[in-house]
Amino acid sequence: MRRDLLTAAIAVVVMTVVLGVVYPLAITGISQVVVPGKANGSKVSIDGRVVGSSLIGQDFEGKPAYFQSRPSATEYSGDVTYFSNLGPNSVEAREAVRKNLAAYMAREKPYDRGLSKDQVPVDAVTESASGVDPHISQANAWIQAHRIAAVRGLPLAKVDDLISAHTDGRFLGLLGEPGVNVLQLNIAVEKEAPLR
Amino acid sequence: MAQGWLQIAIFLAVLVALVKPVGIYMARVFSNQRVFLSPVVGPIERLAYKVLRVRPDEGQDWKEYARSLIVFSLLSWIGLYLILRTQGVQPFNPQGFHSAPWDLNFNTASSFVTNTNWQYYGGEATLTYFAQMAGLAVQNFVSAAVGIAVVVALIRGIVARSGREIGNFWQDLVRVLLYILLPVSIIAALFLVSQGVIQNLDHYTVIHTLSGGTQTLAQGPVASQEAIKELGTNGGGFFNVNSSHPFENPSGLTNFVELLLILVIPASLTYTYGRMVGSQRQGWAIFAAMFVLFVGGVAVVYMAEQHGTPAQHLAGLHNHAFHGSTGGNMEGKEQRFGIAGSSLWTAVTTVTSCGAVNAAFESLSGLGGAVPFVNLGFSEVVFGGVGAGLYSMLLYVLLAVFIGGLMVGRTPEYLGKKIQAREIKLVSLGVLLTPLVVLLSSGIASATTLGKRSLFAGVNPQGFSETLYAYLSQANNNGSAFAGYTGFVQPHAPGNAGAYGISFADLLGGAVMLGARFAPILFVLAIAGALAGKRVSPPGLGTMRTDNPTFVFLLVGVVILVGALTFFPALLLGPVVQSLTTRLF
Repeated sequence: MRRDLLTAAIAVVVMTVVLGVVYPLAITGISQVVVPGKANGSKVSIDGRVVGSSLIGQDFEGKPAYFQSRPSATEYSGDVTYFSNLGPNSVEAREAVRKNLAAYMAREKPYDRGLSKDQVPVDAVTESASGVDPHISQANAWIQAHRIAAVRGLPLAKVDDLISAHTDGRFLGLLGEPGVNVLQLNIAVEKEAPLR
Repeated sequence: MAQGWLQIAIFLAVLVALVKPVGIYMARVFSNQRVFLSPVVGPIERLAYKVLRVRPDEGQDWKEYARSLIVFSLLSWIGLYLILRTQGVQPFNPQGFHSAPWDLNFNTASSFVTNTNWQYYGGEATLTYFAQMAGLAVQNFVSAAVGIAVVVALIRGIVARSGREIGNFWQDLVRVLLYILLPVSIIAALFLVSQGVIQNLDHYTVIHTLSGGTQTLAQGPVASQEAIKELGTNGGGFFNVNSSHPFENPSGLTNFVELLLILVIPASLTYTYGRMVGSQRQGWAIFAAMFVLFVGGVAVVYMAEQHGTPAQHLAGLHNHAFHGSTGGNMEGKEQRFGIAGSSLWTAVTTVTSCGAVNAAFESLSGLGGAVPFVNLGFSEVVFGGVGAGLYSMLLYVLLAVFIGGLMVGRTPEYLGKKIQAREIKLVSLGVLLTPLVVLLSSGIASATTLGKRSLFAGVNPQGFSETLYAYLSQANNNGSAFAGYTGFVQPHAPGNAGAYGISFADLLGGAVMLGARFAPILFVLAIAGALAGKRVSPPGLGTMRTDNPTFVFLLVGVVILVGALTFFPALLLGPVVQSLTTRLF
């Protein structure tokens, strides 16, 4: 028994040092040397000013000159994350989707006259898991393109080109779903036709 | 949906392809044979024995093995609890976090030592980097190694020709860590960083966003923890939203790799098993039973999620897929994973005892959400946790042998060893204890006002599902959650960021995790000891075979039967109601 206690005590200490300090710090060291940009959060900047991370979505609500991200339970908080946790039979879930759907139609329909409710993609009116989903679906972006083209005074074809250029496809065309990176797309739009 | 089915098929194909090579490698490690890492790791291993003052060749009987395991786990628990209690004085604490209340620390320490990783807190809002690295990640390693050690001891008991020894706990622990968990974690962590998972010790970054707002980005040593979190089927997220966070799981590729990390050891252990008992067919039979139950679950979740939910339909949303949109129930899911990647993950993380999530379980459709319940109701024997899954499944194998033996009127025998009263008593205890703990604890929580305080969805089927799932998950050492449960009370951090203030849930949950982890381990080791001493009789004409489709069918039947008999009434009140109704509440 005493032998077990001694061995266990040494084991806990040694393993804490090796697995809990040496291992993570070694990985940190290697990462900071080899891929510092990625290890530090894939930050993106304009003219040397960091404006966000290409992996973390941002809130553009109420700013019609930008592509809009998905609804978020956390308003795109990057340091306190949680799910909406609204269930499949929840009245609140119905109200939230109804409200999001109405807001989407009100925002996009004036620019995309033919838009009907059954063409609204699901990602546009449901809250993501992380609350900071950096992507929207391509269908969502194509609808919003009409508004961006009108507000920014760009040809629709040009906006669609920008969308394709900032779509992260499936890995090898197989794994995951294509998504349009909203922050990077907005940066590209801003560059193409700056707001005064 | 064809694209989604293709992704799922590719995943299954890669997994099956890995089973044999990884299984062989692990068998060599467990049998103390040379492997390709021996020249590098061998000297470290010998040093470890010297430091720990153990003689690796000194065999232990089941009681000695169990004693070493329990003492080690107890000291691990105390060490982790102390780390969680002393956050205020720790290094690597750029956000200046203090410790959470003691009852939450009790729950968290119990959670990580038992390989559960149930989280009543949000990591980025609660824990220092030091506590994440030196506290939680260490337990991610060692609790996984303990689980694997137990199954190896059980296998040795099954194959022992006579005698009492079932191996040496310290040697098993050291070899599993040095030859399997640590090397794979290093490679996986570096790969994940290269794909965008963060790995630093910085302050949280305040960013002035493109449209003129501010956003604070949590940082931390995530990749090193993410790798072992998946590989050890632990599942405790660095961030509150776990593997749905882009800094934990940034792309379709990382999603795929993390899924493989979760399943590779539990699946390959079946091959290891076949090799160690000297008949590959025995291993494949167990693999087949697991695989059938797993694939069925995947298919149901995917189809259910693609259909959408009653709340969405009634809000006027069309859930169909069309060009450029996945369709389906995207509430609580990420665009880059879509419906297929999220559904596959949901099944993988609940058949194994991983419990990491990349989508919000509470927002799954009724039928899709029922699959995690069913998977947990099978007591995590469908692949299951590393080690824990196979040793739990072997209990069901012995039970199936016993039932099959009764049906054909023979003395039950498994691999030449007679299964007698003592073994069957222990098997029954091992099989029934976890469900009993689930039903008692969720019953207490549902029937008293103490448990009511934890409900997020209110007193309705969803609220009952939250409660039942919380105790199913903790008792089965899974750790995934219908995360509304106890999730809304932490001051200054809304949503499900923490559980400050509900001591009942913290304490009952912690006790459930400890009891339902270590009591079955003791039963399993006792069975290993009992089997080790038995003589092997050669198979005769009357021996029931345990390596053919008939037995696989019997085994699947026993697993379903025990799970269904135990949980069907409880499931009726929550997930089944929600699968059948289109009413809202």
